[in-house]
Amino acid sequence: MIRFLVRRCAQALLVLLLVTIIVFGLSRLLPGGPARAILGVHATPTNIAAFNRENGLNGPLPAQYWHWLSGVLTGNLGFSYVLNQPVSSLLAQRLPKTAFLAGISVVLAVLIAVPVGLYQAVRRGRADDYAVTTVTFVLYSTPAFWVALLLIDILSVRLHVFPAEAPQGSFSTIFSDPSAMVLPVLTITLVTIAAFSRYIRSSVLDELAQDYVRMARSKGTSQPGILLRHVLRNALSPVVTLLGLSLPFILSGTLITEYVFNYPGVGLLAFNAATSQDYPVLLGVVLVVGVATVAGSLLADIAYALLDPRVQLASDAGAGR
Amino acid sequence: MENVTAVLSGEEPGGTGEAEASGGWLWLRAFAANRLAVAGLVVVVVLTLFSFLGPLLYHTDQIHTRIGMETLPPGPGHPLGTDDVGYDQLGRLMVGGQTTLEVAFGAAAVAVLVGVAWGAVAGYVGGLIDGLMMRIVDALLAIPALLLLLYLATVFRPDVLMLIIVVGLTAWLVPARLVRAEALTLRSREYVLAAKTMGVRTPTVIVRHIVANSIGTILVNATFQVADAILVVAALSFLGLGIAPPATNWGAMLSNGLNYTYSGYWWLTYPPGVAIVVTVVAFNLIGDGLRDAFGLDTRRQ
Repeated sequence: MIRFLVRRCAQALLVLLLVTIIVFGLSRLLPGGPARAILGVHATPTNIAAFNRENGLNGPLPAQYWHWLSGVLTGNLGFSYVLNQPVSSLLAQRLPKTAFLAGISVVLAVLIAVPVGLYQAVRRGRADDYAVTTVTFVLYSTPAFWVALLLIDILSVRLHVFPAEAPQGSFSTIFSDPSAMVLPVLTITLVTIAAFSRYIRSSVLDELAQDYVRMARSKGTSQPGILLRHVLRNALSPVVTLLGLSLPFILSGTLITEYVFNYPGVGLLAFNAATSQDYPVLLGVVLVVGVATVAGSLLADIAYALLDPRVQLASDAGAGR
Repeated sequence: MENVTAVLSGEEPGGTGEAEASGGWLWLRAFAANRLAVAGLVVVVVLTLFSFLGPLLYHTDQIHTRIGMETLPPGPGHPLGTDDVGYDQLGRLMVGGQTTLEVAFGAAAVAVLVGVAWGAVAGYVGGLIDGLMMRIVDALLAIPALLLLLYLATVFRPDVLMLIIVVGLTAWLVPARLVRAEALTLRSREYVLAAKTMGVRTPTVIVRHIVANSIGTILVNATFQVADAILVVAALSFLGLGIAPPATNWGAMLSNGLNYTYSGYWWLTYPPGVAIVVTVVAFNLIGDGLRDAFGLDTRRQ
């Protein structure tokens, strides 16, 4: 276990390092470099030279990278000249809101997708299995923004059940008007269920074909007993990995949702930064999300190894390869 | 991570093992027996003909806007009505379909080529190089593709070629992982060892043995890549970072029409929206059919 942990953490650290190199490399993709991007097309060479000197952009690339990285490690993610605020404080305002929105939606999605997948696997090949599969298949093939807008069209414009704009401002306004959260949460939940339920269905099917199920059945264990006590437990551990790996996918969906419902989270921040060419903010979001994903998949792997000891064995055997 | 997935991938219960056992072109017969997959293929062929040959039969002006002819409901002369600047909507669906399919196929081709090369080399060479190459894949996977595309689309002005490259270069990671996993198991097969012993050069071994024997995995993933690319381009267009008018694609048409949802101009949103969903469903059905025909694992990464 210790060996697995050390190896996995070392891997995660290397990946984190690579994420920072990628983000740094992206900032150099800008035509004319960051100075031109921030000072604008009319900046004089003198201005650019002065800006580069002040921001440690005049050395060789590795030195520039080191200067930038040491800033990042002390919490300095750059400065937004469009919003006139440090990127880190912008992220500190917005991140909790995105985490809240995505968190509720994903928990809901898992709570719905797991029973649905279990039901489908048990009813495999019957009409109701096909019906659910068809619905999730079509949902999976529909652009997330159209899902959001169809929800608005039906539930907000035609039936007037829920408002079409997400709550603005601080958390207290979110809690004072929870109905405004319904449509954003529903959008991400639906999109995530569509992505998960196929996976859960086939994961349960795999487990149902195992010997221990036949064993339990021949001992006379009832069907609910088999499903809840044996199959579900084994079928759920892959879901942990799925969650860890799906974080970028979920955040892409969250970005679209925040844009549609004007929800003031990181996704909307990134979108506004992209349209106003506020590169420090956009790259700050990329960096933070990248780090969160690496951390998330590390945690998922560790949790999975704790739930299913076979993984460690396979991993230790794999290490000698 | 790879090890985790290796443990996860059990045999698909009731899967078609016969295609794999008999090898050869049997997978084609298995595919042809899958009615849903064949239906998907038919839909893709019909939509491709509609987009590329349709304009030869149904002439419309998709360059000049016509004020006074805008948002006409479906009727004689305009079977699907006109859009907000007077373009015939049916003709626009054809032109938009061209770009949609070009970008989707192009991006899938770029993604699969880069991913296969990367994964085959990493898996075959192994050791430290493999470790480093796969950590690069992990690092890129950690960044949501949409954020990366948002950034790239603001740095480079998007046209068809740029979209193909940019979408392709954010999508090669999954095929790289899949092919690497295949390469890991293939590299210790007798025929690969034999080829090595006989002095066959490494690039030849990789192409002739590793890639050739992963062709099922590659084909299945390529199909899903086309479906994903259509959705990604639609999302980018919705965020206003797609192709500049008068060029268009289904995603751009859909998001453009959404401005008129409240006016009840349903013919602006439903045709392109349904076209996207139908095409993506069709490609996913083909992908599922191919996967069953090759007897591969049910789960996509």
